[in-house]
Amino acid sequence: MTSEGFLLNLILWLPLFGGLVLLWMGGGREAERLAARRWSLAITVITFLLSVVLFLGFDPTDTGFQFVTDVDWLGGLSYKLGVDGISILFVLLTTGIMPLVILASWDVDKRVAQYLAAFLILETLMIGVFVALDLFLFYLFFEAGLIPMFIIIGVWGGGRRVYASFKFFLYTLLGSILMLIAMLWMANYAGTTDIAFLLTHEFPSEPFEVLGIELGAGVQTLLWFAFFASFAVKMPMWPVHTWLPDAHVEAPTAGSVVLAAILLKLGGYGFIRFNLPMFPIASDQLANFVFALSVIAIVYTSLVALMQEDIKKLIAYSSVAHMGFVTMGIFTATQQGVDGAIYQMISHGFISGALFLSVGVIYDRMHTREIAAYGGLVTRMPIYATVFLLFTMANVGLPGTSGFVGEFMTMMGAFKVNTFIAFVAATGVILSAGYALWLYRRVVFGTITNPALETIEDMTTREIVIMAPLIAATLYFGINASAMLDVFSPAVADLLENYHAAVGAPESLLIQPGDAAASTAASAAH
Amino acid sequence: MYYSLIVLLPLIGALIAGFGARWIGDRLAQLIPSGILVLVALMSWAGLPGAIAADPEHITWFRWMESGALAVDWGIRLDTLTGVMLVVVTSVSAIVHVYSMGYMEHDPSKPRFFAYLSLFTFAMLMLVTADNFVQMFFGWEGVGLASYLLIGFWHHKDSANNASMKAFIVNRVGDFGLALGIFGVFAIFGTLDFSEVFAQVPAMASATFSFLGYELGVTNTLCLLLFIGAMGKSAQFFLHTWLPDAMEGPTPVSALIHAATMVTAGVFLVCRLSPMFEYAPAASAFITYIGATTALFAATVGLVQNDIKRIVAYSTCSQLGYMFFAAGVGAYEAAMFHLFTHAFFKALLFLGCGSVIHAMQDEQDIRRMGGLWRLILPTYVLMVVGTMALTGVPPFAGFFSKDMVLETAFASPTTGGTFAFALGLLVAGMTAFYSWRLVFKVFHGPRNGDPDAYTHIHESPPVMLIPMGFLFLGSIVAGGLFYEYFVGDAMHWFWGHSIYHAKDNYVLIEKYDEMHNIVHAAHYVPFWVKASPFFAMLAGTGLAFYMYILHPGLAERVRRANPGVYDFLLNKWYFDELYRTIFVRPAMALGRFFWKKGDGRTIDGAIDGLSMGIIPAMTALYSRVQSGYVFHYALAMFIGVAALVSFAVMGS
Repeated sequence: MTSEGFLLNLILWLPLFGGLVLLWMGGGREAERLAARRWSLAITVITFLLSVVLFLGFDPTDTGFQFVTDVDWLGGLSYKLGVDGISILFVLLTTGIMPLVILASWDVDKRVAQYLAAFLILETLMIGVFVALDLFLFYLFFEAGLIPMFIIIGVWGGGRRVYASFKFFLYTLLGSILMLIAMLWMANYAGTTDIAFLLTHEFPSEPFEVLGIELGAGVQTLLWFAFFASFAVKMPMWPVHTWLPDAHVEAPTAGSVVLAAILLKLGGYGFIRFNLPMFPIASDQLANFVFALSVIAIVYTSLVALMQEDIKKLIAYSSVAHMGFVTMGIFTATQQGVDGAIYQMISHGFISGALFLSVGVIYDRMHTREIAAYGGLVTRMPIYATVFLLFTMANVGLPGTSGFVGEFMTMMGAFKVNTFIAFVAATGVILSAGYALWLYRRVVFGTITNPALETIEDMTTREIVIMAPLIAATLYFGINASAMLDVFSPAVADLLENYHAAVGAPESLLIQPGDAAASTAASAAH
Repeated sequence: MYYSLIVLLPLIGALIAGFGARWIGDRLAQLIPSGILVLVALMSWAGLPGAIAADPEHITWFRWMESGALAVDWGIRLDTLTGVMLVVVTSVSAIVHVYSMGYMEHDPSKPRFFAYLSLFTFAMLMLVTADNFVQMFFGWEGVGLASYLLIGFWHHKDSANNASMKAFIVNRVGDFGLALGIFGVFAIFGTLDFSEVFAQVPAMASATFSFLGYELGVTNTLCLLLFIGAMGKSAQFFLHTWLPDAMEGPTPVSALIHAATMVTAGVFLVCRLSPMFEYAPAASAFITYIGATTALFAATVGLVQNDIKRIVAYSTCSQLGYMFFAAGVGAYEAAMFHLFTHAFFKALLFLGCGSVIHAMQDEQDIRRMGGLWRLILPTYVLMVVGTMALTGVPPFAGFFSKDMVLETAFASPTTGGTFAFALGLLVAGMTAFYSWRLVFKVFHGPRNGDPDAYTHIHESPPVMLIPMGFLFLGSIVAGGLFYEYFVGDAMHWFWGHSIYHAKDNYVLIEKYDEMHNIVHAAHYVPFWVKASPFFAMLAGTGLAFYMYILHPGLAERVRRANPGVYDFLLNKWYFDELYRTIFVRPAMALGRFFWKKGDGRTIDGAIDGLSMGIIPAMTALYSRVQSGYVFHYALAMFIGVAALVSFAVMGS
């Protein structure tokens, strides 16, 4: 193990260590609770700082994996970690969001140590998904991540928490069984579980029939669907999205933030890491299928969001719509589409995280998420109104915020591949403005009609401190998208080069090309 | 650096007013942004000669995004078109900033207002200085945001909140087209840099591509999509419904955003992209028809409105139609000329309305005004001059530009041009009618308003009147003074390559091929064409004088005699009702259906059935969770998964 590899291991395991210590410490008395909070904050901040150090040492021009650890473990299984341009930003997103999550949980009083421990353990598991370079290590992190989230919702959630956590669990677990079977087959076929090796491995794609159904890319199609079943639920894609609104509604604020900001990204990351590069022939053939589900997600869930009466549900549905852009972008297999999808995922991490925090701010004061209970907040809470406006605008993809870049680029990629899809997806731009502004108008604008709001206080310093980094990131990456794109764009370019080597060069939209002679004449004239 | 400062200083003003007011106080939060805007306006005028050059100068700030072939920079494209827009935007903005210090005097949220005004100015400047499609889109949506914030500035009013939301969403419909156009440009040309795209356009004139299953011409399709954006922002027919409602915003906002600058962004877009539209005959014809139709539609509605600001708003909509059909026939210079003069007199009219509303204690219904001219004489004079400029009385500003627009339409050999000329002429008469109707009903005749309002009536303070003085000056001289540069003999020198005419301009090839330029051709139209707008204006003015001064009861009798027509016009051709029926309600019904039936009954129904009914093991697990020993469970789960995986691997 290199010293750099050690750093990655430290980032991965430190939160788990912190969590186990917390469980051991317990948190009965007030002093202990405070200690537990401070400890958790310290752990997450240190983890974040370490990941910044890692990032500073990262070389984006090298498209391979860096900071690699590779040791044998339990027989044929290897313990292999590493990051490339695509995964390192997800690691940073995770470690960056967690301190904010801890801060947002500061007022939780019920079984504090266990609560915080669940988050810390979850952090390790989420980082693990992004850094695992071994199939089964990936599977382990991917599935185990469910458990703490399941617990967070089930124990600290709202009234229907049991139903919600169960639905969440059931949905995700069903998908993962298929993935495990596919992984076993792959390990057997390729003779290794090394992801870096599998990325360059060709899986058979000769078509065959199963039960009268023609599989266009044979084994690849089967494997593709197995992974798809698992990732589609995590995204979540339409029609397996219904667990998300319920989970969000019942989850405590911090749980919602982690769910929206990080957990939803596991599926998209999986598509980019497995489906697209490992099964290119199947991906190419099934792209239209994914496009169809993606644009249905965008239009359908945007319309559903429009009619929601619960703030959290509305934002949850809006998340599903935004993830539709991600899946669409990934399977365009264009540079802009995939870059845009990754950008959209990271950016959605800031924006949706901030939106759920915003809901938390007023929920903590009013203990209701019902839109109708609010209205006229701007008169009592001007700072809140400004912050919420910023993230509402980022959510509708206003240029100058990070929300714009991803949405715009995924549609740009889609237009190159399929104008129908780009056309339908672009209606999402109108619909998102509809539901987001209507929400804002009902909650923030107008006059106060609910007497309970007349004494409501504006955001506290702690709340502002939590929001500040998200505001900064949303704006900074809105005007300097290159700062982020440059990190993963080379890795994506590399991935797509292999992809197109397998499936052939993309077709041009042009049917009758232009007149090259006129072009030269014109440029001479200009 | 110089031009970059012009663009960026208003942003600094916005930040100071928006976030610094707590420390610097209300007074400075108004003075600083206003001072910055005055400085920036002076810099823009001084910088205009420097902007005039044959070829654009590119100033690059830094890279915004890069992904494969997509490379977008922040920066400035400096050419005459930019220079002219800088002057228009910063001048009107500076005037409105100063005026607002008086107009908003009693408002408790002045810093916020000035922050929004300056933010708008910054976004508008980003739009007009953009060197690529994406930065233009940034400015485009940025002005939309500022417009949203300013229309809804008085956020305790439901009507203002609804109007601001409507403005943003209707504009988004336009932006949907614009965005698709931009995606298309990138897909076809592989770049979004203006110069790089323009260089490739001629070669693509005959190219076709696959769009929504059809084989369509590249230039026509892309230009049409881009123009949909322009229709939204410039409130053209079908996407105009937000503009009258936008009058819910404070009046200075209407003058700046909804008259002089933002709503002209669509016209600017077409002119900026003239190298594309020149190769898109079908798209240009569409623009001509939409422009002419809008001009007529808005004028007819303007004839019967009673809200002082809405009359002027419909007038704006109508005048934007003039600009568009000029651009549509390929006379971009004439379109820009009308945009330029219109900014002065329309801003003047709006600020004049503001002054009237201010004087009448927030009364906006012209039926409750009348006889005001003696009481607020300076405002009266300003409004009359604005009206003369708008209606095209020589030698006021509008006379030159409106005549030029109509002459170019006539000079165009296309059917669209002839159509636009005929409608435009009719509209010139209507414009005169509704404009003078407003003046006569507000300033002349009996005092119809609340007697109490008349006793407290007061002229606006100098801080409002002096800025209007500059617009007054512009309304008088802007036409005659700049005629030579915009559309006259110095035109080629003035515009350089910022406006492009194809060598084989299809608009001209039949009749005027020796002249190569429609604006030149417009100088050779028959005398009756040049004279007819003048007579149309006289007719409209005369009719208004007859109906509202000589025979005051006549208008009422005409209205009673034609109730159907009157209601149709008063209700704005029932567009709001139509859209509510075919778009808003179905969207909501669909949303509810998908939610309750799709998510609720179908998807969740299936899942619940599966989990609760078919898989008893899961049900057992479900009750286990409730027992609370989740940590034991979790640990078991974790170990289980690990064991399973290890076993599987060792077995393989």
